[in-house]
Amino acid sequence: MIREITLGQYYPVDSVLHRMDPRTKLFGTMVFIVSLFLADSLAAYGIVTVFLATAVVLSRVPFGFMVRGLKAMIFLLLISVSFNLFLTPGTEIFRFGFLKITWEGIRLAGFMALRLIYLVIGSSVMTLTTTPNQLTDGLEKGLRLLKKVGVPVHEVSMMMSIALRFIPILVEETDKIMKAQMARGADFESGNLIQKARNMVPLLVPLFISAFRRATDLAMAMEARCYHGGEGRTKMKPLRYERRDGMAYLVYLLYLGAVIGMRYFHVAAGMMPKIA
Amino acid sequence: MAMGIIKASKLVFDYIRQDEDDHIEEVNRAIDGVDVDIREGDFVAILGHNGSGKSTFAKQINGILLPTEGVVWVSGMKTSDDSHIWDIRKTAGMVFQNPDNQIIGNVVEEDVGFGPENLGVPTDEIWRRVDESLAAVGMTAYRLKSPNKLSGGQKQRVAIAGVMAMKPKCIILDEPTAMLDPNGRKEVIRTIHELNKKEGITILLITHYMEEVIDADRVIVMDDGHLVMDGTPREIFSQVRRLKEYRLDVPQVTELAYELKQEGVEIPEGILSIEELVEALISLLGDDAGGQKENVD
Repeated sequence: MIREITLGQYYPVDSVLHRMDPRTKLFGTMVFIVSLFLADSLAAYGIVTVFLATAVVLSRVPFGFMVRGLKAMIFLLLISVSFNLFLTPGTEIFRFGFLKITWEGIRLAGFMALRLIYLVIGSSVMTLTTTPNQLTDGLEKGLRLLKKVGVPVHEVSMMMSIALRFIPILVEETDKIMKAQMARGADFESGNLIQKARNMVPLLVPLFISAFRRATDLAMAMEARCYHGGEGRTKMKPLRYERRDGMAYLVYLLYLGAVIGMRYFHVAAGMMPKIA
Repeated sequence: MAMGIIKASKLVFDYIRQDEDDHIEEVNRAIDGVDVDIREGDFVAILGHNGSGKSTFAKQINGILLPTEGVVWVSGMKTSDDSHIWDIRKTAGMVFQNPDNQIIGNVVEEDVGFGPENLGVPTDEIWRRVDESLAAVGMTAYRLKSPNKLSGGQKQRVAIAGVMAMKPKCIILDEPTAMLDPNGRKEVIRTIHELNKKEGITILLITHYMEEVIDADRVIVMDDGHLVMDGTPREIFSQVRRLKEYRLDVPQVTELAYELKQEGVEIPEGILSIEELVEALISLLGDDAGGQKENVD
């Protein structure tokens, strides 16, 4: 399961989204997430779906690749769906002991599932089209105002970029240690939750030790290549807004306007039922 | 003053272990009085058993570790002089053992650009250097790949390109092939020989694989923190017994030739390749009178 997380994995093809400035994409993702929580009707979700679908198509990343990221989310998805499904008060349509399913519950659960799925796909679009380095560059530059109040923006973004680089390596290592421990009789599958957690100790201890060792090595390698913080550093790929970024911001504005507009539209008209 | 690109004088280094209250618990002398002078443009191999101090010596050269006693100069700059530390690291680049733990970028070309970025090189120039460095190690075709998708040998070549992009005069490689398969090892060794010949870069190869040493200009053997042998590969490998004392193996063919010589076969000392041994044996056959043929070297 752990291998299937696509978040934070760049998919190298050439597309408009790949070439777009990371700041534009970061902002777009934020706009998208906000819009997910603003949308409260089927029609609004229609707009959201069109926006997301356009982004997915523009990214030229195979759709199956994005959906793979969802598999790791299934557990979380099921929990939030069942909470909404069984615990929402309203018109009862089915009852089983203390559990009851209501119309409102079904609607709420459906939208909750949709929101979570869209959230994962939406952020996957960003991480799949942006190299982690670009992403952190975007964060660093987008948040440079915070540097004035003493937030170590460069350091944080460097840490994020390194963390992202080491995710696949550590995942592979986890797999290796797991197999090595299983070969010696360790059991990661049976038992209840607490036992399972306890069985993870022989996995986590070597993993942590190895991660620390890697960190020391990496710090040395970075110093050997003259890394000394953000001061006086130049960029191989400096961020520059292009025309397409301006266009994208225009699209965001229109999109957000439309989603907010939908809220007032049906509140005023009183036609469509509200959800959430 | 004629001084090589790297010079160490009376170099001593102690690893000091301290407890929580900064009391010294243990002192480990890793380097004990090393004097060495390395000529620019040479391919120098440093051999030594585990714990011989060879890796510690490598880290002295680009100022990751500083001498406890004595001095190290790189291109005439003292490593202990704080103001030159970045110049020193730029001049003497370093490649480490584990290919995964020294690649910072998530895309090959971004990793190669990491060094020049740190040096404050202008953007256009970074791109030029990245292009050149990737071409020099033969990794241009992989420039947009993720480092995680490369083989060990390819990762090490990327690491070498990352150092090359800083335009060093000298590259120190600390057991760069220890974690690679035989093919990856050949790849890396071929690459550094090319850089040495074509670009004139001084190479300091730290290793314990003897096969990688035979084409070097100079071989230095370290044992227990001391520099114990220093000479051409032929000079070093003709002393098979001494090498064994330092727990080092000699190349298989050299050992075979040595054993033959011990048994009274008249062949020259310090044979390094199969071809040489074959030639020596053939000339023995042709010389039925048993007279020694002049060894052309």
